[in-house]
Order: sequence, then C-alpha cells, then structure tokens
Amino acid sequence: MMEDNSPKVISDKIPFYRDVRFLKVFFQILFIIGIILLAGFLYSNMLNGLSRQGIELNLTFLNSEAGFELSEGIDFEPSETFLKAFWVGIVNTLKVSILGIFSATAIGFFFGIARLSSNWLIRQIASVYVECFRNIPLVLQIVFWYAIMLVLPVVRESISFFDSIFINVRGVYLPALEGTAGLILWLWYLLSGIIIAIIVVLGLAAFRYFFQSRELHATSRPSFISNIIFGAKWVAAPTFLIIAIVGWFLTPEVPFELSRPEFRGFNFVGGMNFSPEFTALLIGLAVYTSAFIAEVVRSGIQAVVKGQREAARSVGLKESQVLRLVVVPQAIPVIVPPLTSQYLNLAKNSSLAIFIGFPDLFQVGEIMMSQTGQSIPIFAMIMVSYLIMSLTTSAFMNWYNHRITRIGRSR
Amino acid sequence: MENLTFTQEVKPPDTKKGPVKWLKDNLFNTWYNTILSCLALVFLFFVFRGVLTWVFTQANWEVIPANLQILSIGPYPLEQIWRVSYVIYGLAVLLGLSAGIWDGLTRQITVAIGCLGAIILLLPFEISVREQTLIATVILAVSFAIGRNKHNWKRWVVVGWVLSFPWTMMMLHGFGGDTISTTLWGGLLLTLILAAVGIVACFPLGVLLALGRRSQLPAIRWVSTVYIETVRGVPLIAILFMGNVLLPIFMSGDFQLDKVIRAMIALTLFSAAYMAENVRGGLQAIPSGQVEAAQAVGLTYPKAILFIVLPQALRAVIPAIVGQFISLFKDTSLVSIIGLLDLLGIGRSVLGNTDWTGLQTEVFLFVGLIYFIFTYAMSHVSQQIEADLGVGKY
Repeated sequence: MMEDNSPKVISDKIPFYRDVRFLKVFFQILFIIGIILLAGFLYSNMLNGLSRQGIELNLTFLNSEAGFELSEGIDFEPSETFLKAFWVGIVNTLKVSILGIFSATAIGFFFGIARLSSNWLIRQIASVYVECFRNIPLVLQIVFWYAIMLVLPVVRESISFFDSIFINVRGVYLPALEGTAGLILWLWYLLSGIIIAIIVVLGLAAFRYFFQSRELHATSRPSFISNIIFGAKWVAAPTFLIIAIVGWFLTPEVPFELSRPEFRGFNFVGGMNFSPEFTALLIGLAVYTSAFIAEVVRSGIQAVVKGQREAARSVGLKESQVLRLVVVPQAIPVIVPPLTSQYLNLAKNSSLAIFIGFPDLFQVGEIMMSQTGQSIPIFAMIMVSYLIMSLTTSAFMNWYNHRITRIGRSR
Repeated sequence: MENLTFTQEVKPPDTKKGPVKWLKDNLFNTWYNTILSCLALVFLFFVFRGVLTWVFTQANWEVIPANLQILSIGPYPLEQIWRVSYVIYGLAVLLGLSAGIWDGLTRQITVAIGCLGAIILLLPFEISVREQTLIATVILAVSFAIGRNKHNWKRWVVVGWVLSFPWTMMMLHGFGGDTISTTLWGGLLLTLILAAVGIVACFPLGVLLALGRRSQLPAIRWVSTVYIETVRGVPLIAILFMGNVLLPIFMSGDFQLDKVIRAMIALTLFSAAYMAENVRGGLQAIPSGQVEAAQAVGLTYPKAILFIVLPQALRAVIPAIVGQFISLFKDTSLVSIIGLLDLLGIGRSVLGNTDWTGLQTEVFLFVGLIYFIFTYAMSHVSQQIEADLGVGKY
C-alpha cells in the first residue's frame, strides 16, 4: 500500500482565534473593558466612601468665605472666597518658579562652564558644588536654609550690603524700581511709539512689495513677510527706541525711581521684601536645580566633537569666535531638552513649600481641603494647575528648541 | 626660489614632571588663570576657616550620638532589634558569597562595605552597636572566603538574593503572633526599605509602561501615554498626598491599607512613569531590524522583546536608570509630609525635643551627610557599571 506522501493542503481559512487581526482588536477591547471596570469599581467605592463621610461633591464651596489668612502673596482677606485664595496660591507658585528658573539658569551655567575651566582649582570647586547639592534631597536643603533664615540677626542688627540690601530674621530687603506719577504718561508714549512703528513698517513693506520690487527682482521677489521682518529690524525698532527715549525726557517726572529699604520705627519701609519662607524656598530650588543645570551645560558643551574646535582654530578663528560661532550653536540644541525638564522639575518641586509653610498652590489647596473636606475636586484643581504649567513650559521650550535647531541646520 | 635656512633652533617639547610643572600647567598657565587661582585660594581659605571654626568650636555635636539609635531605626522596639541584626547578617552572607564568586564591581562594593564596618568599629559607638558590626564584618569576611572556591553556587546565590527581599520584610514585620506594626518603622531603616521597595517595584512597571507606550495597539499605547504624561506633570508630593487622602476614599470600607504601604505604592507609581521614559529612550535606540531578525529565526514577539530588545535597550540606559534610582532614594525624604518618620522626619522630630532646640544645622548636616554617602555611592557604582559594560565606547 502506498503511503500518501503529498503535503496536506493547509486550509486558507485560519480559525478566528488564531487570526492576528482578530486577536489585536480582541485584546484591546478586553484591555479597555478591564480599565472601565476598574474605573467603575473605584467610582462606586468613591461614592460609598463619600456618603460614609457625609460629603457631597460640588463646586459651590469655591464661592463661600475662606475664613483663613495667607501669610504672603497678593492682598487677601479672610472674608474673600476660596477661589481667590487658590488664585493667590497659583500666583505665589508662579512667582517662586519664575524667579527660581532665572537664578538656577544663571548659577547653573556659571558652574557648568567652570567645570570645563582650564584651571584645576576652579574645576574642583565647581565639581564639589555640583556633587554636594545634587546628592542631598531638596527638602532637606529647603528646611536647612529655612533654619538658617530663622537664626539670622533681628531687624535692628540687620546684615547690610552697601546700605541698600538688608538681611535679617524677617527676610531679605532689596532696592526696587517704583513707578511714579510720570509712569502713566510715559506708557502712553510707548503705546503710541508701538502704533507708529507698526504703521511705518506695514506701509514700507506694502510699498516695497507693490512698487519697488516688481521690476527689480522679477524672479526672486522678497515675500511680504520677509519685508515686514526686515522693516521690524531696521525701521521699527529704532523708531520705537527713539520715541521711548524722547518720551522719557518729555515726561515732567522721571517714570521710575529707585526705592531703597529704609529703617523706620520698627521695620524697613520701601524697596522689595522677600519673606524668610520665600527666600529659603527660592535659595533651595535655585541651588538644587543649578547643580543639575551645570551638569546639563557641561555635557552639552562636551557633546561638541573635539574636531569642530580644532577645525575652527585651524581656519584662523579667535578663541572667542570659536566659542561663539562654532561651539555654542552646536551645544544649545543638546542643552535645551534636558534644560526643559529641569525647569519643569523646579516648578513641580516648588510644592515642597508646604514643608516650611510658604502658601503656594499646594499648601493653599491643602488648607482648603482640611477646611471644606472637598478633597477630590480640590485635588483635581491642583493637578490641573500643575499640568497646565508643565504643558505650557514644555510647549514654549519645544518651540524654542525647534527654532534654534532650524537655524542650526540652515547655516 | 630662495633657499630656506633655519634661523632658529626648535627646542624639543618640555617633558619635565613634578609638582612645580603641574602647578604651572594647571593653575598658572595664563595670566587670567593666575588671577582666578589666587581668588579661588583666598575664597577657599575663608570658607575653610569659617567651616572648621564652626565645626570644632561652635557646633554642639552631642545631639548626634545621643540620637544615633533613633536616627537609624526610629521608634522600632529595642527588644526586637535582633530582627534588624539578623537581616544585616543575612545580607552580609549573600554579599560575601557574591563577592567571592563574582569579581569586579561586586568585590569593590563588598570591600567598601567591609571598610565601613571597620571604621564603625573604631568609632566610639555604643558597645552593642560595635558588637553587631563586628559580627556582621566577620560574617562578610568568612562568606567571602567560602565563596571564592564555590563557583558552582552561582545559581543558589541568585536565588538567595531574590528571596532576601521577602525574608527581610518578614523578619522586620515579624510573623505569627508577635508582629511589629509599621507605625514603629522609622529612621534610616524606613528610608532604606522605602527606597528598596520603590526600586524593585518601579522597574518592571516602568518597563511594561515603556513597552505599552511603544505598542502598536492604540488602546494600550494611549492608556500608557496618558498615565506617563499625567504622572510626570504633577509633583510627587501631590501623589503621596493622594495616596494618603484619596486612596482611603477609593478603597472599599473594610479593607484599608497601611500608611507605609500607601507611601510605597505612591513612590512606585510615581517613579514608574519616569522609569518608563528612560526605558523608552533605550528602546528607541534599538533598530527595528533586531526584532525582525529575531522573528525571522522563529522567536515569538514577547520572546523577541524579552531576549533580544530589552537586554540591549536596558544596557544603553543604565546611567539614566541609576539616576532615577538615586532620585527615588532622595524622594523618600518627602514621606514625612504624610506623617511617616523617615530619616528626615526623625531628624525633625528630634529637633522638636526641647533638649535639642536650636541645633538644626548640626542635625540637618548629619542627615544630609548620610543621604550624600548613599547617593554618591550609587552614582559611583553606576559609573563603574558603565565602564564595565563599555557603554558608549563603540
């Protein structure tokens, strides 16, 4: 008997449970059902839990009287609403984050470049700075600075620098620019300057676009936009500057005056005052983040291959030109993305203010939770505020990164 | 053409060595470096003078030895302290054996820890502490000697390391009748436990999330992406708070989690999102040809990911992963906001004691030094691993 050796014909039809296309859809549906079930379970638990604690979910509490005071920030009375209190918290967070970002960037760039110095001593100092402040938890640093702020001398024996900066147990007093009666008039001059500049630029661009360039550059006529950019650079900016300067002298009173803190009675008057909490938080955030930024800057500069510097030197560029024209333009695109995440970390870390009682967004939210018991909606508000801040910062930095990388390529 | 003549003899390059030459090259090579060096020296002189005067004449260091025990184990009951010692002995056995079997980095770490033990022996600690350190150091040395000849024990040592984790938790918590409530865990012990749990748990979760974010199935990709971006957008303190305030609401009434466990969950969920982004960076660096080749030789997709892609991807991002572990370790200092007494929390509660008010600087510097030692050691290990694996060399 002959054996049937012919290969079996594999059926064209794969059973549906082995069909990849089916399985993909099937598993995704299963996954989503799982997530929905989990969410539903949590939701029903939440309703149970809330009814057990006798809390009703709503947002009407936001308009009721807050009844607590906030130690600093824009003016706030206990009789104002919870919503206003939350806003004060947001402004405080923004204030400390923005100041922190600027100072951390300055300190960080300084130490990052110092770590690449040709001077051995400077290099060592910079790396000790970076290693120390990077490896110790930020909370610890903040409470440490706060402890230092609280053992500073009393107001009468303030530490002073050049008679204009005073440091004492109530915080730091700095000179500030204050607007005078002349400021409003000067701002009107500025506004008119802007309007005139815009009109001039648009007119000039239109003129060049329609009359001058038609015959001259028949093939490569500059676009309307490039005409505007040209005008903004060479016509509008000088016009605006001239109006601003002339306006400054035309106003009867100088628009700004320097206000120095002065000791009067029991405290300092005038100038700018940072409370001990704010100062400790700002120093902590700036110093901690600057250590990370220094590393970002160092690795960014080191990422520029050695050959680039050597080539730039060999074509005869001066050392300053090598840095400005070759190294920095190539280092910046490497530096910007990690720098962004450091900025985001700084903004998020500002929530550690709660450890020293600075009324930032998070601490105000926490007070509100304990006063109203509405933890879930307040939590949602806190999360959304932080998310908006993060997303705006990263969108801005992405835009900046995109811009500079494009410039780098076109050159 | 004019005939070229050498008008000047070129000296051979200076090959002198020695301190004077080094100073000339590194500190005084140009006029501005000379100025900078002088300024830096003056600055260092004043800093050192200030710090040393403070450390030796003004600071009151009594607070540290008096509270050393509470800083290291918190309110953990003293009569149960043998549990901690047993955990340390167990880890010493494992570490000694591994150092004997594997050379290189493991051995370096072990030697460093052995030296630390020797230093503790020499310092004027309480006699019981020195006794236990002596036992642990001896165990470490003995098991190292044993491990050198037992290369076939490799597998068992790995199993031991895996089991050491549940063993530690069980020992510390106690089993059967007498258990030690987690509310009594504190100090450096709690910090280390939180960090270890976070590191062990966030790693697999992070890898899963990273794979999920790169999945071809849109449902999984979207859920992973939303999770990662949301968690990365909010501060850790908010998530810890959520674990503390909101989790009890979302749990059904009769089942409530312990505070320490809630902190562990919050830390894990938070660092998993960051871990996922690090791992994703590694995954992106692996060319798709690797998966295709693996599938061509007949590996299924999960196998291709597990045996081909992940080993390469993870190797590429070791520095980032260790960096994440370091920041997780530092982040454990935030748990005192929900009332846990970790190293920093204990430090602050010591300062609340009227005997020790006004000694903030001393206590915070000491606590900071402990954090620094651990994080610095971790980053050093990471650099060593990088060098051993030759990451970025080709």
